[in-house]
Amino acid sequence: MMLALSIAAAHLRSRRRQTLVSVLGVALGVGVFIAVTGLMSGFQSFFRRQMIETNPHVTITDEIRHPALQPLAILHPDGAVAVSRILPRDPVRGIANAGEMLAALSAMPGVAVAPGLRGQMLLRRAGRDYAVSAVGIDPVREARVTGLAKDIKQGSLEALGARSDGVVVGKGLADKMGATLGDTLSVATTAGGESALRIVGIFRTGLEQQDFGTVYVALGRQQSMQGRPRVINELHIRLADIGRSIEIAALAEGRWGYKAAPWEETFARVLEVFVLQNVIIYGSTGAILLVAGFGIFNIISTVVSEKARDIAIMRSIGMPRGSVVATFIIEGIAVGVMGVAAGWLLGWLGATVMETLPAPGADDPSMTLSVLQTPFSYGLAAGIALLSAVAAAWIPARKAARTDPLVIIRGAT
Amino acid sequence: MSDILRAEHLVRVLPGPVPTTLIGDTTLGFAPASFSVITGPSGSGKSSLLYLLGLLDVPTSGEVFVDGRATSRLDDAARTRLRLAAFGFVFQFHFLLPEFSVLDNVMLPMRQLGRVPRIAMRARALALLEQLDMADQAHKKPDALSGGQRQRTAVARALANDPPVVLADEPTGSLDTKNAAAVFAVLAGLANDGRTVIAVTHDEGLAATAQRRIHLVDGRVVQDGRVVQDGRVVQDGRVVQGGRQG
Repeated sequence: MMLALSIAAAHLRSRRRQTLVSVLGVALGVGVFIAVTGLMSGFQSFFRRQMIETNPHVTITDEIRHPALQPLAILHPDGAVAVSRILPRDPVRGIANAGEMLAALSAMPGVAVAPGLRGQMLLRRAGRDYAVSAVGIDPVREARVTGLAKDIKQGSLEALGARSDGVVVGKGLADKMGATLGDTLSVATTAGGESALRIVGIFRTGLEQQDFGTVYVALGRQQSMQGRPRVINELHIRLADIGRSIEIAALAEGRWGYKAAPWEETFARVLEVFVLQNVIIYGSTGAILLVAGFGIFNIISTVVSEKARDIAIMRSIGMPRGSVVATFIIEGIAVGVMGVAAGWLLGWLGATVMETLPAPGADDPSMTLSVLQTPFSYGLAAGIALLSAVAAAWIPARKAARTDPLVIIRGAT
Repeated sequence: MSDILRAEHLVRVLPGPVPTTLIGDTTLGFAPASFSVITGPSGSGKSSLLYLLGLLDVPTSGEVFVDGRATSRLDDAARTRLRLAAFGFVFQFHFLLPEFSVLDNVMLPMRQLGRVPRIAMRARALALLEQLDMADQAHKKPDALSGGQRQRTAVARALANDPPVVLADEPTGSLDTKNAAAVFAVLAGLANDGRTVIAVTHDEGLAATAQRRIHLVDGRVVQDGRVVQDGRVVQDGRVVQGGRQG
């Protein structure tokens, strides 16, 4: 084994330039892999953090996933009965026993809960209408369940409690309407009637859907504007332990029957996009690493064909096939290891430089790209690189070991 | 029989659309401390016979015994191990590894065998080079040596693991007369030390310096006799080959 090692070292030393190019190939692959996946997971974790921070961990709404069994179905349990479009009898929808639920949920350890009423609203400004989703909230309790208060850029969330005609809008929407703090908007709801609201706060979460499409008003005001006095159709829950979101949601839904959606469900679409994004990024950067393997294949194939005589003499002297294979695999691993080491440095440098660049689209110039460097990404890059290095060395190494030394010795001139 | 190397009814046929017989039914024995040469015209199968004797090739039928052990059923790994310990090879072309110094080249078989510590390998390699008058060149790379020096390095490498049998395939084929004679003298010296030396050559003059001469024609032994003075070959009490020719 030591012999194979020193022969491998001699081969690589005697063709420094080729070795360097192969090492660079691996290094670039590893570096790009670390930097690009770091950038992507940095972006994803920022996005995920924002989603979790500014939204309830679990949202209970007045929808029911599985309506109660209808008489026809009960009568003929084995019959071909399909009942669809079941409408509730109560025209004033909402969470019927909201008060009891609020009390029960608040009593649970590590659970904070706030009531809300969501309804559609038309904002009118300068002759244009903007359809938004308006959420009536109790500003004090809401501040306990979402990070919205932290995202207020102008004004405050508490102002909703101080004046009943206040509205808090997203920065995106405010800019689109050309409105700013203190401006008055005229509002229409499906319940009919118009009223005026004054902007008392502007928030920016970085989530487009929220910044452009959601406004917050005081709960009482929302109830009267929507014509649904004392109705609550959403419960916002925040958990001390985010990992329990699915469990708590299932518990609440099982107990009261109303649909309780953990954040994973609410943002399922976004999370699905993340998965796709991961597949694409890991696939393409992983492909770079595989391509680097071709460089290794190239150098070792060259060595094998150039060194046919050396291999023949070593075999005839008494070097076993395994040692010949080992020699070339060691060469592949050596190039791989050097490449990984250089690539780690390159990836770290790339990530560090990117972290100083301003984030595109951010209005705050001090906001920079967030790059997530994890031992996992370093390890994965090294793993793929070494694996492709061994595979790339394996093919020519096997060819070398299969060479019949006699053919070379007979044909020598 | 105390033959260290013995071939019985050795046949080697190259398969193909038209099978070619390289070696046809050859039986030979080689005693320790002997120097034999195999001669014959081009294509007579001299080298093929040597490769079969050296376990580099596998006979189509027949058997090669090394120290009384049959070898035809051994797998590649076992044959490789046996080659490493029992045989030293010298080829027409030196086949030294260009990246390694003369000393390292000589140490290669010892390192592969790994029987003694590194210090002892080094000492033995230096002693071998000393014997062959190559001590000054020990740290040079092969491409800085003359043809004769390279071939002597190859001989030193063949002796590295102290093998009982040394096989040489046209060891002087790419050397001038003076160097060729020197290499043959070295081979003869090895036989005096107790080794079995078998060399393939087409040089009549050098063949005359051996103890025994085997002449092949078309893959069959046509003469096998003792070399007496003047290079004549005596088989069964008759002179079958004249003295020095030309």
